[in-house]
Amino acid sequence: MPIFDLKINGQSHAVDADQDTPLLWVLRDHLNMVGTKFGCGIGQCGACTVHVDGSATRSCLLKVSMVQDMEITTIEGISDNASHPVQQAWKEIDVPQCGYCQAGQIMSATAFLNQNTNPSKSDIRDAMSGNICRCASYNRIEKAVELAASKMS
Amino acid sequence: MKNIGSPSFSRRSFIRTSALAGGGMLIGFNLFQACKPEATPPVDISQLNFNDFNAFIKIADNGMVTIFSPNPEIGQGVKTAMPMLIAEELDVAWENVHVVQGALDTKNFTRQVAGGSQSIRQGWEPLRQTGATARQMLINAAAAKWGVDSSECKTENGVIIHANGDRLGYGEVVKEAAALKVPENITLKDPKDFKIIGTDASNVDVDKIITGKPLFGLDYKEEGMMYAVVLRPPAFGKKIADYDDTDAKAISGVQEVIKFGDKIAVLAKDTWTAMKGRNALKANWTSDAKLENTEEHDKILTDLLNGKEFKTLRADGDVNKAFAAADKIVERTYESPFLPHNCMEPMNFFADVSAEKVRLVGPIQTPERTASRVAELLERDVNDISVEMTRMGGGFGRRLYGDFALEAAEISKIAQKPVQVIYSREDDMSAGIYRPSIKYKISASIKDDKITGYHLKEASVNSNMYGLIPNFFPAGAIENYQVDVASYDSNITTGAWRAPYTNFLSFAEQSFFDEIAEILEEDRIKLRLDLLQKVKGTTDERIQYSPERLEKVIQVAVDKSGWGNAKEGVYQGFSAYYCHNTHVAEVADVVLENDIPVVKKVTCVVDCGIVVNPLGAKNQIEGGVIDGVGHAMYGDFSFKNGEPQDKNFNTYRLIRINETPEVETHFIESDIAPTGLGEPTLPPAGAAVANAIKAAKGIRLYKQPFIKHMKAKAPLG
Repeated sequence: MPIFDLKINGQSHAVDADQDTPLLWVLRDHLNMVGTKFGCGIGQCGACTVHVDGSATRSCLLKVSMVQDMEITTIEGISDNASHPVQQAWKEIDVPQCGYCQAGQIMSATAFLNQNTNPSKSDIRDAMSGNICRCASYNRIEKAVELAASKMS
Repeated sequence: MKNIGSPSFSRRSFIRTSALAGGGMLIGFNLFQACKPEATPPVDISQLNFNDFNAFIKIADNGMVTIFSPNPEIGQGVKTAMPMLIAEELDVAWENVHVVQGALDTKNFTRQVAGGSQSIRQGWEPLRQTGATARQMLINAAAAKWGVDSSECKTENGVIIHANGDRLGYGEVVKEAAALKVPENITLKDPKDFKIIGTDASNVDVDKIITGKPLFGLDYKEEGMMYAVVLRPPAFGKKIADYDDTDAKAISGVQEVIKFGDKIAVLAKDTWTAMKGRNALKANWTSDAKLENTEEHDKILTDLLNGKEFKTLRADGDVNKAFAAADKIVERTYESPFLPHNCMEPMNFFADVSAEKVRLVGPIQTPERTASRVAELLERDVNDISVEMTRMGGGFGRRLYGDFALEAAEISKIAQKPVQVIYSREDDMSAGIYRPSIKYKISASIKDDKITGYHLKEASVNSNMYGLIPNFFPAGAIENYQVDVASYDSNITTGAWRAPYTNFLSFAEQSFFDEIAEILEEDRIKLRLDLLQKVKGTTDERIQYSPERLEKVIQVAVDKSGWGNAKEGVYQGFSAYYCHNTHVAEVADVVLENDIPVVKKVTCVVDCGIVVNPLGAKNQIEGGVIDGVGHAMYGDFSFKNGEPQDKNFNTYRLIRINETPEVETHFIESDIAPTGLGEPTLPPAGAAVANAIKAAKGIRLYKQPFIKHMKAKAPLG
């Protein structure tokens, strides 16, 4: 199998995987970075969201062969000690119920707030609509993104 | 009236203590079952096992408190709320309390502590008793040290204080306290003195969740573990005829292909390879059973409703007489589809079956039952089996069933390797244990503008309503009252889905009363309140709900929602329901955007007794309401020739944030023991929305999902 050089959270990793392996499974199974979650495998639920060159991307659809030389950031890499304003907002609002989708939600919110520093409620609802929360913690996700926006501006 | 109390609790047989070798005191305790006579907590904290006790409290010599519990967390917040009950009576500052998930290397199976909106209700008394008993032991130890009477001492935030002002921290007397006899007859705090209960506490696992730490079943890994992805029959009623695994085995990395029963597992060192291998399997399927269709179910259930084969679950008075004497009879039929659970974490389980033991690890709500089923399947002694619970990425009822754990055990036994079975979303949605399709026919007899009879008939795929539900509202409120059920046995697997039995029943009943009010030209709220008056003072012990508490949530919902005074363009719908020991009223605010009804807000008033953790409680309420709105609006699941027609989120629609109403929560202040919150706010949501859509569009909805039936015409009253 080919070796791919990946740059994840600022560190280089040489990964021996089939070229069609989605980044999601490289992260989870090859590199033991399990914060990125498997939800649907078809880019519909957002549980597997990571940043690729700063953009929120569904890692279940992204082949490992396509992400060499790109900067990949996962939930494990967005801050030290949960210090990112989005993580702090998630904690202050006490967003999670089961918690499974929240890494993906946080990654979507982080990328969004890097692009839009002063979002309206409807901007937030549009931007976060690609991430499903089956526990329906949506009211709190909305509030937490608003709070994070105020922390980041 | 049913007495809303708590199980009786005898302290002595439930609590044991030890002095820890490294300093500190360890309290082992058991909820709901007595300790074995020989059981003693270990003196080394690394030796904790949950065989003799189902939780431990460590009080360190610096006064820090750690609660160790193997309790499963599905997302309903009990891992936070249950320790709050202990800390309250122990009288320690919440910030000095840490909650630790029980170690995963337990040698024997852990005990299932609770589930199904019952954790807080059942733990209310015993958890507080445990905290209070430990506190008394610390007081007794300090009093002995001072040579004074215990009654002269009090506590405050982890410090024992004598009347003369002497102070000792809990940590300073733990060694002595651990050696004392466990006291009896402990008095619990008056609710008005609570300092922790009733205050907001964040989810105890929030830091791990927001940093992506391994917590869930899918995150569990062991050296040498294989991932197993399984090809299952594509339709209910089908069996395997033959298969060809040549292409699967040709895939680099596929380690093994294992047939078991009608299923074939592909094993690999990573999930993706196992998935590719599974997809490369070729199988032919055969069938000697019925391959069922949704259209067929519709007809069967309709025939059942119109037939005579019913089991009567409750009958008061004589509905036939009431109907014969009626001025008018109103009859309506309500219909629901099947629903899959769709936990965000797909089903998965780890098993390591060896000659010596069987280790199972994963997200499961029923570890004991699963252990005994695995023992039976593998023909092993149940004492060989350990089941360890991880955090669960949602449950909603699906993880009550251990089918996925049995698969893992069977594959591991054949492979003689540790394996983790992983379901893809398609596997998860098509190998479900679904909320069955149900139809209700509700009839009411009207005489002199009063409801004189109420007859509810249920027809369901497999079984649905049972037990106490026929004793919910409007039982007791209508003189002639009957509940009948009929069911059709299907080979499609069905089971509990969040708020089982009532998740659709509440929609039917609360839509029906709303329409009756319209037909009688009576105020919707007054009609409900008048019915409740008749239940007050009832001597019928079967009646489950409290008319006073239901009345109160209705009145507060009217007040808080601005009922009757909505802004122009806002249409409101009302619903009130009792289930899972909790009384709830909801008002949905709907607006029309491009003539399409959009749910903007739901005001939810809840009487769940004392609210232990308002922050967590509101999260459950918001989630339950939105879940109820989402499934009523969009949830649709059908079968063709036994095969589920939706397999992933590209066609199966779950509510998303941009479709979500704001949920405004109000609690009824109470000093009554707390009741469950994981489920009871879901059932009323559908009717609140349907009643609001009626107000907005003039369309009365009888079928879910609403999105599909919004254009249906109302029958003539």
